[in-house]
Amino acid sequence: MPRKTRPRKVVEPPKFKAYKPVCLENENNECIELFYEEYEALKLADYDNMNHCDAAKLMDISRPTFARIYEAARRKIAKALVECKEIKAVYGNAIFDKNWFQCTLCKTRFSQPEGLELLECPICKAKEIAKM
Amino acid sequence: MKTIITATGNTEDALFDLRYGRAKYFCIYDKETNSSKFIKNEHADAQGGAGTKAAEQTVELGVKQVISGDFGPKAKEILEKFNIQMVVLNDDTSSIKDIINKIK
Repeated sequence: MPRKTRPRKVVEPPKFKAYKPVCLENENNECIELFYEEYEALKLADYDNMNHCDAAKLMDISRPTFARIYEAARRKIAKALVECKEIKAVYGNAIFDKNWFQCTLCKTRFSQPEGLELLECPICKAKEIAKM
Repeated sequence: MKTIITATGNTEDALFDLRYGRAKYFCIYDKETNSSKFIKNEHADAQGGAGTKAAEQTVELGVKQVISGDFGPKAKEILEKFNIQMVVLNDDTSSIKDIINKIK
């Protein structure tokens, strides 16, 4: 039996539901399913210009796994572009970690539960907070 | 507001414990009264589910903030659900006293 798939940490889901081509030929109803983690991998590597090692750490997976997800994302998007297919964003194996922050001074990581308004480092009380 | 700090011993001079579910003691520090008390973690040597048990205990104690070295996925899920703030400190040289002085 294969090992359970490790959940991939995703900071934010994509803001789109789907991308649809405007093509001259007869429309086909098929669509490509792009997973949230594939979108995240593509964003980290190509939009945020991170190297695979750091990006993998951020997503809480190994570097080879990150490379595989990234490769899958590129292949899916290339396929969609060439074959004029719709790209749909689907959940995949993602988990969200949106409420986590890091203090830029003392490097403490902390979560910010809903309902807690004041955003400051719980240890050094600094206001310089970076989103993880 | 009550805070749990994971500790390796039951005095304020004890070192901070980087583990949450398997920490030897929990130091409960109350910001309002500036008092701390120590409780033993009964599930530190449990076979499994230590993180879940610790998280449940945290919820029962009415704590709003937990300071530890790392949180497992199950503990994280429970703490998140009950709006408890998790603070990850990667500092195994600090004593409980040092941390209390910092968060005062």
